[in-house]
Amino acid sequence: MLLTISTTRAPATDLGFLLHKHPGRVQEFPRAFGVAHVFYPEATDERCTAALLLEVDAVRLARTRGKATPEFSLGQYVNDRPYAASSLLSTAMADVFRTARSGRCNARPELAETAIPLEITLPALPCRGGPGLARRLFEPMGWDVTAEPIPLDPAFPEWGESRYVTLTLKGEQRLADALNHLYVLLPVLDDAKHYWIAEDEVDKLIRAGEGWLAAHPDLTLITKRFLNRRTALTRAAFARLAEVGDDDEETLEPPAEEEVRVPLNTLRRDAVTAAVGELGARTVIDLGCGSGQLILALLDEGVQKITGVDVSAHTLMIAARRLKLDRMGSRTRERVELFQGSVTYTDARFAGYDAAVLMEVVEHLDPPRLPAMERVVFGTAQPRHVLVTTPNAEYNPRYENLTGLRHPDHRFEWTRAEFRAWADGVAGRYGYDVEFRPVGDDDPEVGPPTQMAVFTKETQA
Amino acid sequence: MTEISVPALSLVVLVGVSGSGKSTFAAKHFKPTQVVSSDYCRGLVADDENDQSATPEAFDLLHHIVGVRLRRGLLTVVDATNVQWKARQSLIALAKSHDVLCDAIVLDVPEEVAVARNAFRPDRDFGAHVIRRQRNDLRQSLSKISRDGFRRVHVLRGDDIENAVIGYERAWTDRTDLTGPFDVIGDVHGCASELETLLARLGYDDGVHPENRTAVFVGDLVDRGPDSPAVLRRVMGMVERGTALCVSGNHEQKLVRALNGRKVRVAHGLEKSLEQFALEDEAFTQRARAFMDGLISHYRLDGGRLVVAHAGLKEAYHGRASGRVRSFALYGDTTGETDEYGLPVRYPWAEQYRGKAMVVYGHTPTTHAEWVNNTICLDTGVVFGGRLTALRYPEKEIVSVPAERVWYEPARPLTSRGREPDVLDIGDVTGDRYVETSTGTVKIREENATAALEIMSRFAVDPRWLVYLPPTMAPPETSRRDGHLEHPDEAFAEFAAAGVKRVVCEEKHMGSRAVAVLARTPEEALAKFGIEGLGTVFTRTGRPFFGERQEEFVHALREAFDPLFATLDTPWLVLDGELLPWSAKAGDLIRSQYASVGAAASAALPVAVAALEAAAGRGLDVGSILDRTRRRHANAARFREAYARYCGPVSGISGLRFAPFQILACAEGATAVTRSHDWHLDHLAAIGHPLIAATRHTYVDLDDDDQRAAATRWWTGLTAAGGEGMVVKPVAPAGNRVQPGIKVRGPEYLRIIYGPDYLESLDDLRRRFLGRKRSLALREHSLGVEALSRLAAGEPLHRVHEAVFSVLALECEPVDPRL
Repeated sequence: MLLTISTTRAPATDLGFLLHKHPGRVQEFPRAFGVAHVFYPEATDERCTAALLLEVDAVRLARTRGKATPEFSLGQYVNDRPYAASSLLSTAMADVFRTARSGRCNARPELAETAIPLEITLPALPCRGGPGLARRLFEPMGWDVTAEPIPLDPAFPEWGESRYVTLTLKGEQRLADALNHLYVLLPVLDDAKHYWIAEDEVDKLIRAGEGWLAAHPDLTLITKRFLNRRTALTRAAFARLAEVGDDDEETLEPPAEEEVRVPLNTLRRDAVTAAVGELGARTVIDLGCGSGQLILALLDEGVQKITGVDVSAHTLMIAARRLKLDRMGSRTRERVELFQGSVTYTDARFAGYDAAVLMEVVEHLDPPRLPAMERVVFGTAQPRHVLVTTPNAEYNPRYENLTGLRHPDHRFEWTRAEFRAWADGVAGRYGYDVEFRPVGDDDPEVGPPTQMAVFTKETQA
Repeated sequence: MTEISVPALSLVVLVGVSGSGKSTFAAKHFKPTQVVSSDYCRGLVADDENDQSATPEAFDLLHHIVGVRLRRGLLTVVDATNVQWKARQSLIALAKSHDVLCDAIVLDVPEEVAVARNAFRPDRDFGAHVIRRQRNDLRQSLSKISRDGFRRVHVLRGDDIENAVIGYERAWTDRTDLTGPFDVIGDVHGCASELETLLARLGYDDGVHPENRTAVFVGDLVDRGPDSPAVLRRVMGMVERGTALCVSGNHEQKLVRALNGRKVRVAHGLEKSLEQFALEDEAFTQRARAFMDGLISHYRLDGGRLVVAHAGLKEAYHGRASGRVRSFALYGDTTGETDEYGLPVRYPWAEQYRGKAMVVYGHTPTTHAEWVNNTICLDTGVVFGGRLTALRYPEKEIVSVPAERVWYEPARPLTSRGREPDVLDIGDVTGDRYVETSTGTVKIREENATAALEIMSRFAVDPRWLVYLPPTMAPPETSRRDGHLEHPDEAFAEFAAAGVKRVVCEEKHMGSRAVAVLARTPEEALAKFGIEGLGTVFTRTGRPFFGERQEEFVHALREAFDPLFATLDTPWLVLDGELLPWSAKAGDLIRSQYASVGAAASAALPVAVAALEAAAGRGLDVGSILDRTRRRHANAARFREAYARYCGPVSGISGLRFAPFQILACAEGATAVTRSHDWHLDHLAAIGHPLIAATRHTYVDLDDDDQRAAATRWWTGLTAAGGEGMVVKPVAPAGNRVQPGIKVRGPEYLRIIYGPDYLESLDDLRRRFLGRKRSLALREHSLGVEALSRLAAGEPLHRVHEAVFSVLALECEPVDPRL
């Protein structure tokens, strides 16, 4: 909520001309969510400091938020916006110092074109990525960066640092450049914006980034975060920045984060699809279908009827969109069905399929709930085949940096022996035969990353 | 007058040529909604009742309507010519598929009458030849219609048509007029002596009960045991005197066939009966044969609330009549498979049973009678050396006597049927639902159920433990006092206006709401909840409190509540309380949300104040901004104090405390939750254990202004010392329109909820809308009490779960989170 800009270039009070704000006055600018004030705590020939203080009206801010505010909805009312240097501050700054930011100054035109000694302070800057990121983002433009982490609560030292830093930038810069650096990088460090990101955000980024952004080593991160990770916009920005910077577009592509190897989920999907084909299953129910990747693969495989079930209505919506259900030809459309269901509730709609797939599902159930799932799938739905895949815990040491389980929602991960013991028990109780298959590279020592069990109902004597 | 009697639930097929007067007949004798006419259906699908090209689709529609009505148990009359065998067959098949009987009423009028009548109707322009053809079809039909498969064919001619009167026959199975009380008795299998002992134990004296109770036998009186004739003699005598009812068992069926000289495989104890009957005289054998032959498949009793069938009966078959209903009632839901002992594998229909009627049956011997979804099997294998068991209805009390010896070796060892893994069905929770509670019906909207299903499936503790979720609680009407959004005055005024005389003010602990379900021993947990362990503690959305520490904490809690288990003499307990400190569960939230705000504020505001002071020092007019910023600085510091107060060090489970304020349920028959709050608080106060935090409280007589003032001072003291506030509750339950509790939160605490500077904009914040929150609080409270009373009454899991799930679904409704 506070930003100060100081210069020591004599006469320092010329800062008032550059900012188009008189050092002898206290000015007020109404904003959508409060009031911005500009005043000068000091104004001498030696040193002049302009302060931008944004008073945020938290009640008004809360009222304008829709119902969609996620997670902790009280956060709508109790949040750091009145105190932190967020996108609220950067947009206020951008508007209040609009002319200065454009580099125009009729009173001191040559000064506006000159790099002058500047010191900028932000007492509470939200900084996702820590002080290091603040340095990484500002230093390439020649700033001398001090980023002091702020503790969460001095009374509880065990809580550690907060996500805020006190940022001080020192350097010789054109004022307009300095303001544009702030305009772009404050919301990038905060990694959040208070407003909906529209198409023209790309234009804003391009304009404010002129002359420095295209060459910035963290261009990718800056672009992504500034555009709030909206992929389509990010791509548009990359394309245009390529022109601006006269660079090759390809080099702007984000570095591959995934390994070049075929990812495990593809291997898993292929293994399940192959098993379904081998078993000759013509109708398949995918319990825990997620966003529908397996459904797509099974459609390609020629399975006649595929039903996807997930416990999350939201996930099903994503699946419907990914599968383009509303644009599917009617013959294909008839082959796919999606509905919400839960594997711990018996459901008549689960019955009548050749095969049921539980791909990476069981490990999301609390162990005491497994018997209910077994009852629902093996006891009540009773498909001819059941395919179950789950991580092989023995393989976990092969993953660097993995501590604990592979996913925060996993309730357990089984060794091969544990998986077999469970599967044999289920098969015995419900009259199925079971065989086991590795999925992925079958390590001689620890086995494959994923294990699969294929259950087949015993034919009646 | 010609009386035609049709079954009260049946399909009545009218047969007659066009113009024979079927519609007039139907209109005269049946309600318009009972009659489905082909002409009308033709009109619906073609806008023209005489468009013959629409006939196939008109009949599709007719069959659909008839099918829906029969499924719903409604008498239905089909008004169509039905002069052709094929048309009648499809209707008979439809009736059969819904397990209802089918009667035909034929209106046989002379051709010229029909032609004349049609001539009167301008819309019927088809010629006499059509009538003639129909007439020929009818004549051919009449000679063999009795073989069509109708229960009865009533043919009316001449004046009989005009003079006919319809009478309704009650179904044989319909004894809903009998209200009992009953003693339902399990499979006897010739164990005459044990039967006499049991009857005596139940209070019968020579087959008559002094309190007019009626015995109901579930069948399988005979075979295997030492004296089937004596058992039959006793039961026949009681049935003839009207002191007993008896449904048929499969063993009676087979014995009758054997006695009739039919070829049957003599096994499974039939040989014993045949030996015993050989010693009886012919007259007895005749009488017994007639008796057994006349036994019907099942009875509906007590207004339909009790159904007795030998092997049980699924809901769709209650009161229905068909071969498969009888087969189900006699043999159960068999799959045709046999097990390793050569006995039929039975499909566990009771697991899926969701009916309102209690179903009592026998047939499958088990070690003891257990309730499964409002059904109970009373065959406890007396003939195999087990027990002979009876169920007192409506008391739901089990009475049993041991076998005097093993009379017959079982083919497979007697086992407990074992508790099935209490499986819930998706139909128990999804869709728009109307949940009955003792204080009215609560509607659950489909979209809320959808959201709740995900939370329930992914995050909640096992539904067998999840017997309750706490309702939300509303604040009082907003206070107009300076510096207050909430004040005790409004809470007291509201209760006084609702006619409440006495309230209790309970300290509101600032922690995390926690429900504890505890059992005295693991065995008792298994018996009551059907799950292993000693108990659980879960949050207000049903999530487990801790990961690995959960078990340790539950054990500690269980021990702490030892005295309460003893005083209440209960094997299990459900408690409502608050888990302290707040930081134990909400640590992440406090750090990411509250402490972050505090950190940003404490870093930014002093700098802002300093900058403003410097400007002021230069003579700039920043006075009002400086004042405001200084106040905000102070507010931020208070905000920080407000959350920091509720944070405490916790390592392992040490540092944790549980503050119970209500005993939700225990094994005392009634629901503890509806008892008055002094009972709860007195019992809970008696527990002195370091793990248990006391709930400070004070009682207020609302007529006494001094007491009100004293309680307000008490609240001011609590909140000034950092307390969250208090909850005001009517001491005794005050009816379903009165809030069960109102929370009055302290002004400092509200900074955590409304933001550090909320007191600066009180007037804005006073415009808050409580209606939805208050309505939710009432509905969720009814559902919570309902869940607990279902639990206390020993109702099946799905019934308890329905109410608990509904609370979660209501919690998915968007409501101002600050209330």
